[in-house]
Amino acid sequence: MARHVVAPVDELPPGSRKSIEIDGRPIMVFNVKGEFFGLLNRCPHQGAALCEGPLIGLASSSDPGEIEYTKLGEILRCPWHGWEFDIRTGQSYCDPRRFRVRAYPVNVEAGTNLVKGPYVAETIKVAVESNYVVVDL
Amino acid sequence: MNVQLRERPQAASSTGTKTAIADCDIHPARATQDELYPFLAKRWHAHLETFGVHAYQGMMGGPPYPKAQPNASRRDAYPPEGGPQGSSLSFMQKQHLDPNNVALGVLNPLNTGQGIRNQDLAGAICSAINDWQIEKWTSKDSRLKGSVVVANEDGVSAAAEIRKRAGDKNFVQVLLLSRNVEPLGQRRYWPIYQAAEETGLPIGVHAFGFGGNPITASGWPSYYIEEMVGHSQCQQTALASLVLEGVFERFPKLKMVMVEAGFGWAPSLAWRLDKVFERLHAEVPHLKRKPSDYIRDHIWWTTQPMEDPESRDHLFQTIEWIGWDKLLFATDYPHWDYDEPSRVLPAGVSDANKQAFYLDNAKKLYGIA
Ligand code: FES
Repeated sequence: MARHVVAPVDELPPGSRKSIEIDGRPIMVFNVKGEFFGLLNRCPHQGAALCEGPLIGLASSSDPGEIEYTKLGEILRCPWHGWEFDIRTGQSYCDPRRFRVRAYPVNVEAGTNLVKGPYVAETIKVAVESNYVVVDL
Repeated sequence: MNVQLRERPQAASSTGTKTAIADCDIHPARATQDELYPFLAKRWHAHLETFGVHAYQGMMGGPPYPKAQPNASRRDAYPPEGGPQGSSLSFMQKQHLDPNNVALGVLNPLNTGQGIRNQDLAGAICSAINDWQIEKWTSKDSRLKGSVVVANEDGVSAAAEIRKRAGDKNFVQVLLLSRNVEPLGQRRYWPIYQAAEETGLPIGVHAFGFGGNPITASGWPSYYIEEMVGHSQCQQTALASLVLEGVFERFPKLKMVMVEAGFGWAPSLAWRLDKVFERLHAEVPHLKRKPSDYIRDHIWWTTQPMEDPESRDHLFQTIEWIGWDKLLFATDYPHWDYDEPSRVLPAGVSDANKQAFYLDNAKKLYGIA
């Protein structure tokens, strides 16, 4: 495994993102409130560059009319068809092919308890080393 | 080990197909509203600034439903020079036409004079849009071909606009929308079909538009997702009307393309029409053939959206009913429900069918050498 320097920390302040190419693989790195996350910059659905998507929250509903908005700034929404991925794990929360029939009883819980869709965006390990942001690949 | 990194251009398409394709539904946009002014008489500049535009729909401030992405478009499709998605030719070339090897791109401008109540203004804006398509798009990139937009509720002016553009190689079809004041088979629209048949231009019927009626058959729904699904219902009404009013009997050379409406519903609509027709033929004696015969002979279908059944066999069976020669590939660029050319067909399609699907059907229908 090689370590790839992405940028000095100063160049990636909170709220910023950077997309880069490492060994021909598109990677994006986000600074979310001081935490760094890396994902493969390619949507598992039809291949959009995920880095163009907004970071939003997760709207979930236990019952009709009861809507909670959680994980603010931690859900990446694909710029094309809007599939949503947890930036920490790459997990997609729903499968749009079936989302009209399958009800997800999603509450605010630890991420591991939530119903997960089968689609996962690939996450990349990111570290900060003496003020450089580093990706392990 | 530290490794040198390359910055990745944000706009680059992540995948690309090598073989040439036709994209039969591309939406060009105006960068600014006054981009149309050079093509509109001064009288209409003053009119627009004084009175604005009155549509058939309510909720004039914007579309009646929220959209899934800004301008219902891909978030990565904003041109670097500013303006809405789809408003820059150079960016469209770089992001879509070049990487996807689009050999033929059919432009379907939306937000035109279609659906405007003042029929003189509707006709002026539609004609201006047609000039604008030549000036800004088709004359600058020979891969792009325009659609003649017409004041759809005024069959007489629409037919005149079609005849005015006939023979102009910048245009390959006439564009209507599925939601109109009346179902599309009604006689007020017949002059459009007559002119299209005479000039040999197919008519594209693009889903959506606002004709002043609720967007589902039982009223106004709550959610955008209902609009997305409901538009195929409207397209079915339009198609049933065209068949049953005898449009294809009256205009036997007319070709129509159902654009952005899906096609999974086509066989079941045809089966149902055929079954009822057996019993109620006497009501529509002007029909000489079964409804399904008219549909299969006169209708082409663009993909995007393609239905996505769990079993690809179900998709293939549907396509076999329609005919592999009647499907036209479309991406809907730059809209948010865009289909990536290399990811759209499941495995198991023969090379001949793929070639027809991605390119040849469109070239043949639109008369592109
Ligand atoms: S490509 Fe990302 S949601 Fe479709």
